[in-house]
Amino acid sequence: MTTPAAGWLTGSLARAHPLTASARSITFTVPGWPGNDAGQHVDVRLTSSDGYQAVRSYSIASAGPGGEIELGIDRLPDGEVSPFLVDDLALGDTVELRGPLGGWFVWRPEQTQPVQLIAGGSGVVPFIAMTRTHASVCSSAPMQLLYSLRTPNDAFFRDELSQPSATARTTWHYTRTVPPGWSRSAGRLTAEDLKSKTLPPEQAPLTYVCGPTGFVETVSRALTSLGHAPDTIRTERFGGT
Amino acid sequence: MAVFGGRRRDDNPALPPGQHLTESFPVLSAGPSPSISTEDWEFFIHTETGQTHRWNWDQFLALPSEDITVDIHCVTSWSKLGTGWKGVSLDTLFAEVETGLDFVMAHSYGGYTTNLPLEEVLDGQAWIAYEYDGGELEPEHGGPARLLVPHLYFWKSAKWVRGLVMQSEDNPGFWEEYGYNLHGDPWREERYS
Repeated sequence: MTTPAAGWLTGSLARAHPLTASARSITFTVPGWPGNDAGQHVDVRLTSSDGYQAVRSYSIASAGPGGEIELGIDRLPDGEVSPFLVDDLALGDTVELRGPLGGWFVWRPEQTQPVQLIAGGSGVVPFIAMTRTHASVCSSAPMQLLYSLRTPNDAFFRDELSQPSATARTTWHYTRTVPPGWSRSAGRLTAEDLKSKTLPPEQAPLTYVCGPTGFVETVSRALTSLGHAPDTIRTERFGGT
Repeated sequence: MAVFGGRRRDDNPALPPGQHLTESFPVLSAGPSPSISTEDWEFFIHTETGQTHRWNWDQFLALPSEDITVDIHCVTSWSKLGTGWKGVSLDTLFAEVETGLDFVMAHSYGGYTTNLPLEEVLDGQAWIAYEYDGGELEPEHGGPARLLVPHLYFWKSAKWVRGLVMQSEDNPGFWEEYGYNLHGDPWREERYS
């Protein structure tokens, strides 16, 4: 596990681009950042001119050594921090960062067992770090992603995930609107979908599930009903504000 | 340069440093929520003499219960004030337990563990809760019963709790092994190790 740097570090926004109409990729240069494992997260602290502070935790889309980290932030309608990061933060602006945090929901290059990733919405961010790491180390461990989205326009990192050079195959699933000619109608992931689109228990995969609480509850329950042992399923949930 | 205004101004004295208020009830757990029927449920306290005190669901519900209204604080920085629970005080459960050890490891269905000093779960500081907000405790929030230790970060309030094992030292539990603080006092911001 990459252990956190002591205290708060200063990150300067180096690059940014929109991911969707409501989400943005932001990459910070962070002097002193110790690097991070794929799947770890970071606390972001903002301070207003009168000293008021707000802290939120975000998954990191990048991994490995180096003094940069990339986040993929979705603007929450009633959020306090995410609208600022998505809409206002300008290149060169600074925030405070603490981390990397968390040593459980991670994938490390030395892992050899098959890996199934299952993302709901912006829950794909830690999996971007995992698929990038998987590609960069030429891992021989099978890895694939099932990505559940409301509509085709909601995909984060679609181009990257669809690249021919991607070593982890992505299967797309849509809950509200499907692309033209899509074979399955829009709807929530069912146990049947999971059975046909994810690695079966016989292959003894480690399955990672990340998304909103309801999504994670439904998917992880369906996975256990399909015969996956609970201790082979790792979950990360987000909810609240 | 963009200037962060901030909207919430949670200068509520009930809010520990670095925390913000939430009205919802976010979930933090490491794996699937186990499904435990109350027919199979039991709670135990295991001591250094090898003695195990056990309660099944009916015996547990027959114990004196308390209505508890407390603030809860998650390490991921949300706090929820004035949450209402019903449960059995650990003082009640420890009434007949004799131990010379100073620490406990809470064990949950599903394999989760978390460590606590014994003196921080006695004297009205901790409960095994089985109702939340007037209704039964949902599985995703730790039902049928969870540990409730509101003065520490909420990962210490083990969901799906099944028992406590006395230990001589403050050995780390699950999240504590993964970099969370051994103790977890929100007022001292003991988030990470």
